[in-house]
Amino acid sequence: MPTTTIAGHQVEVNDEGFLTDPSQWDESLGAELAHMIGVDLTDKHWAIVKFLREDYAIMGETATLRRVSTQTGTAVKDLFTLFPVKPAKKMAYVSGLPKPKGCV
Amino acid sequence: MVANKLIKRLDSSQWSVTVVDKNDIHDYQPGYLFIPFGINSPDQIRRTKHPFIADGVELVMAEIDTVDPDGKVVTFTDGRTIGYDYLVIASGTTPRPDQTPGMLGEEWHKSVGEFYTFEGAVALKAAMDRFTGGRLVMHITEMPIKCPVAPLEFVFLADDYLRQRGLRDKTEIVYVTPLDGAFTKPVAARELGSALEKRGIHLESDFMIESVDQEAKVIRSYDEREVAYDQLVTIPLNMGADFVARSGLGDELNYVPVDKHTMQSTAHETIFVLGDASNLPTSKAGSVAHFSVEVFVENFVQLASGRPMTHSFDGHANCFIEAGGGKGMLLDFNYETEPLTGTFPFPKVGPMSLLKESRANHLGKLAFRWVYWNMLLPGRPIPLPAEMSMTGKTPAA
Ligand SMILES: Cc1cc2nc3c(=O)[nH]c(=O)nc-3n(C[C@H](O)[C@H](O)[C@H](O)COP(=O)(O)OP(=O)(O)OC[C@H]3O[C@@H](n4cnc5c(N)ncnc54)[C@H](O)[C@@H]3O)c2cc1C
Repeated sequence: MPTTTIAGHQVEVNDEGFLTDPSQWDESLGAELAHMIGVDLTDKHWAIVKFLREDYAIMGETATLRRVSTQTGTAVKDLFTLFPVKPAKKMAYVSGLPKPKGCV
Repeated sequence: MVANKLIKRLDSSQWSVTVVDKNDIHDYQPGYLFIPFGINSPDQIRRTKHPFIADGVELVMAEIDTVDPDGKVVTFTDGRTIGYDYLVIASGTTPRPDQTPGMLGEEWHKSVGEFYTFEGAVALKAAMDRFTGGRLVMHITEMPIKCPVAPLEFVFLADDYLRQRGLRDKTEIVYVTPLDGAFTKPVAARELGSALEKRGIHLESDFMIESVDQEAKVIRSYDEREVAYDQLVTIPLNMGADFVARSGLGDELNYVPVDKHTMQSTAHETIFVLGDASNLPTSKAGSVAHFSVEVFVENFVQLASGRPMTHSFDGHANCFIEAGGGKGMLLDFNYETEPLTGTFPFPKVGPMSLLKESRANHLGKLAFRWVYWNMLLPGRPIPLPAEMSMTGKTPAA
């Protein structure tokens, strides 16, 4: 696993740049990760990121787009506005979580 | 299967086994795929259920309205109730076209087709018969779906079918998926992606559908892409039964969260969930249902006699993929190991090859319908191990 330094944090990432250890994440890193993919985090973004982090802690896997939408009451369309083009992957990336499994 | 196996293993002075189902029709669902191409006829894949239920098992025809997991009571839509000591939920998953705006409408089961129901498959046969060329679009709404390889098989078969009818040159086949490739697991995605390419089938990935526009004949995604079709074949959102949601037992797609090795509900220890109805992180496939039932039955016999459950399900799935042209591929995997190349079930000799097209695989798939009706449903043992084996497989690079 390559190690890299983001916003002063030494973190391990996979070949797609996703953090491999969610516990290495904190909010300042989240802000920097968002910045790297061209997203400025507003309160709305943070609410989503917070949900993803909490849900991961309980469920042990990254919430799907549908789960984020139903659990936070955010329309899928709005998730596409907040995290354009590939929201499921971008939300996971910013939250320092594994890419959601497209299931099997 | 659960009832047929358990009735033989449990002490009849202590236990009674009741099956509740809303109707007496049992379809061999893998056959739906073959209907549109006239490979299977509708009467080959539909039977009544009751002859498959073993003597001693009570069969109740009723639709479940709710389950009260604390009171251990199931209520039917006609108001009747039935109590239980242990409940097995096996209510599967169903396509829900109502969940995508514009999918249901005038053109539903016409230019907007599907093959995940009996009626849909029969209607799609008529549409394929009428098809004279243009854009044939295979579309998947959202994962997970049952039998995740079925849409790939559909385009392989369609490619073959259109070639035989001299229409392939006049047809563009497009494969639209919410995934970032042809399939989920890396080795399989690569092999299947190249199988699409070889047939000149265009892949449109990362497509999250927002709506179907039946008038303009396009599907639109949330990121504002449009894919035009002359004939759309869609896999609507798959969801577990509504009674699961009504009973507060499900996740956002009405699947019941379970322990992935015992299929026991994580919320209620008197509930087990088998087949497509649970949230097991493996394919929703008949083969998974079959392998996991074997593990469950052994565990339940232990539980019934007050012993701890010692058997553990490994997520074993085994899927035949129809590739068209009389050939088939085979996938074999579990929670830990992705589908690999190699031979199955015996090293080198196979006779079936994993992730490669071969005639033996195709024949295996067609023959399985017989095995299903005559051995699997009645609960007779079939010589396939419930646990996955690495024998004969080439490890991923
Ligand atoms: C096109 C297609 C191709 C497939 N190909 C393959 C393949 O090649 N290989 C493979 O392994 N799998 C394949 N599958 C998947 C396989 O058919 C399913 O995984 C399997 O049928 C799951 O079994 P199940 O018992 O969980 O659910 P089901 O077989 O769907 O049974 C659910 C039962 O629950 C009953 N029910 C639901 N709700 C209620 C209620 N409220 N009250 C009472 N009863 C209720 C229904 O009547 C039904 O009898 C395919 C599926 C499709 C659609």
